[in-house]
Amino acid sequence: MTDTSHGTGGLTFDKTKRSWPNEMNILFALIIIVVIFEIMGQVLPYMNDQSFLFDTRGRFDSIFNEARLKIIILQVAIIGIIALGVTQVIITAGIDLSSGPLVAATAMIAMSFAQTELVNGNPNPKAVFGVWAMDLPVLLPVVVGLLFGAMIGAINGTFVAYFRIPPFIATLGMFLILRGIALWWTEGRPVSFPTEGYKFLGSGMMPVVWFLSLAAVFHVILRYTVYGKHTYAIGSNEEAARMSGINVKRHKVMVYMIASMLAAFAGVVLSAKASTAQAGMGEFYELFAIAMAVIGGISLTGGRGSIIGTVLGAMVLGVIRSGFTFVKLDGSYQLMAMGGIIIAAVILDQYRQRNRA
Amino acid sequence: MDDVVVLKTENLTKHYGGVHALEGADFEIRKGEHVAIMGDNGAGKSTFVRQITGVEQRTAGKVWLYGKEVNFAGPLDAREAGIETVFQTLALADDLDVPDNLFLGREKTFWNFLGPFRFLDYKGMRQATLAGLNKTGVKIPNIRNSIRNMSGGQRQCVAIARTATFHSRLTIMDEPTAALGVQETAQVENIIKTLKDAGEPLILISHNMRQVMDLVDRIIVFRRGRICANLKKEETDGQDVVAYITGAKTQAEYADAA
Repeated sequence: MTDTSHGTGGLTFDKTKRSWPNEMNILFALIIIVVIFEIMGQVLPYMNDQSFLFDTRGRFDSIFNEARLKIIILQVAIIGIIALGVTQVIITAGIDLSSGPLVAATAMIAMSFAQTELVNGNPNPKAVFGVWAMDLPVLLPVVVGLLFGAMIGAINGTFVAYFRIPPFIATLGMFLILRGIALWWTEGRPVSFPTEGYKFLGSGMMPVVWFLSLAAVFHVILRYTVYGKHTYAIGSNEEAARMSGINVKRHKVMVYMIASMLAAFAGVVLSAKASTAQAGMGEFYELFAIAMAVIGGISLTGGRGSIIGTVLGAMVLGVIRSGFTFVKLDGSYQLMAMGGIIIAAVILDQYRQRNRA
Repeated sequence: MDDVVVLKTENLTKHYGGVHALEGADFEIRKGEHVAIMGDNGAGKSTFVRQITGVEQRTAGKVWLYGKEVNFAGPLDAREAGIETVFQTLALADDLDVPDNLFLGREKTFWNFLGPFRFLDYKGMRQATLAGLNKTGVKIPNIRNSIRNMSGGQRQCVAIARTATFHSRLTIMDEPTAALGVQETAQVENIIKTLKDAGEPLILISHNMRQVMDLVDRIIVFRRGRICANLKKEETDGQDVVAYITGAKTQAEYADAA
C-alpha cells in the first residue's frame, strides 16, 4: 500500500495515494439506490413498467420525471437546512438534539409576528398579539426567529464550551425546554393566517432554493475560511487547537449559534410552507438531520465530514422516501429501510477508514 | 558566540495550589546557543516550558525575550513574539494536512474584513510550507495528505518544521524523540543540527543523555522544581549529570535547592 523502502531512513515520507473523496462513495450509493427503484418499477408485476426517474409518459419537456425530482428534494429541503448546521456541530465532535423542537418553537414565535389582521374580512381568529403585530413587513418575523435561534444556540454553546456539559446532555435538556416553550407560547393553540409575504418564503420550490443556496454558502465557509479550518481542527484535536492559539470555547459557541440559527430558519420556512405553526411541528427532525450528516460520511468523533456529503445524505433519504411511495410500500417499510441504511453507511465508512489507515 | 541574551528568566515560580512545581528558576540562553534541560519526572522541566510559552500563567517571576520583558497571555502571544514550541504531546490535528497544521491558529488569509469568515490563502501557505521543509531537510512527497496517514517520526518532523517556517527567534522542544524509533530519532537530531548551523537558539528537554551530549552546548538540571546545576558540555560527562539529576551532587551556587 505504502512504499517506505526508498530514501534515507525516515527522511522520506510515505507516498500515500491521494484518497478518493468520501463524497464519491455516497454519490455512488445514491445512484445504486435510484437504479434499484428503477428496476423495481420495471420488474414488479403491479408497477406496469413505470419509470422511477425518467419521463416515459411524455408529461414533461425533459427526459426526466421532473415532478418526482422536485418532490425528492423538496421533502428533504427543510430538514436539510437543519442538517447543514448539525454537520458543523458534529465536525467539532459535538451533537445538537435540540434542533427539532427549535423548529417548532421558532415557527410559533416567528409566525406570531407574521399574522394578517383580517381573514376574509373578519378579525384573525388565531391572533396571538394585538393589532400592532399584524401585517408587519416580512423581514421582521424572520429576524425575530433568527434572533431566537441565535439565543438558543448561544445558550447551548455556553453550556457545552464553558460549563463543560457533554453536548448530548446540554442539547437534550434544551430539547425538552424548547418543546415546553412551543406549547407555552400559545397554550397549545396553533398560530395561523400569515401574510402573503411570509407565505412566499415557503411556497413552491422556495425551501429547495434556501437549502441549496445555504448549502453552497456553508460549503465555501467550511472549506475556504478560517472559521471552517478551526471547526475541523477543534473536532480533530481540541488540545492541539487550543495550543495553536485558537479560542476553542468562543469558536464552539459560534458553531452552536450558527447551527441553531439554521434550525430556526428551517422553522420559519416550515411554518411559511404550512401557513400555520403548531407546537408539535418538527418531530424527529433533529434525528433525521443527524441521519443525513451520518449517511453523508460524517464522523461523530469529529474532524471529518462535509456539506457536500450532507447534501448527498439528504438526497439519499429523499430518494428512499420517494422510492418507497413509488413502489407503493407504506411508511413502516420506509422507516425500517432508512434505519438499515444509516447503520450500513456507518459500517461501510468504518471499513473504509480501517483499510486506509 | 554572540552575546545577545535571547531569553532570561528571574525567580520564575509556579505553584499549583500547595504543589510547588517550579521554584525561583533563574535561566539564560544566548544567541546561537543550544541548551538542554534535564531532570527526573516531575522535576519541573515541562512546567518551566509552560510558563515561558504562555500555556500557563506563572505564580511569580519575570521573563525577558531579547531584553524586553514579556507577559504572554496565551501560547499564541508567545508564538507571535517568536517562541516556537514542539510540545511533548504532539499538537497536531490528524484530519488536516501539513500546511494546515503548520499554520493552525495563524493562517495566511485574504479578505480579512470578513472577520472569522476571512478566506484562507492556501497557495501562500503551501509555498511557505515547502520553503520551511526545504530549510530543515524534511522531505514530504505530498504535503496535502492528512497527518493521520503519517508515522510518529514524520509527524514530529512536521511539528518541528513549524520552527523553520516561521523564522522563530527561539525554539523549544519538549522530548521531541521520546516516542520515536532509531531512524526517526536520527532524522530529528539532524534537523536540530541544521538549526544549530543556522545559529537558531534552542532549548531541548530530553531524557536521552547521548542525544544531549551530542547536540547541546550547556545542560541545566532541574530537581524538585528547582535548578540545581548549570553545566558546560565540555566540563561534564554523563555520570556527572546523572549525579546532579539524582541529587547526589548540587552545584554550590544552587545549594539552597538541595
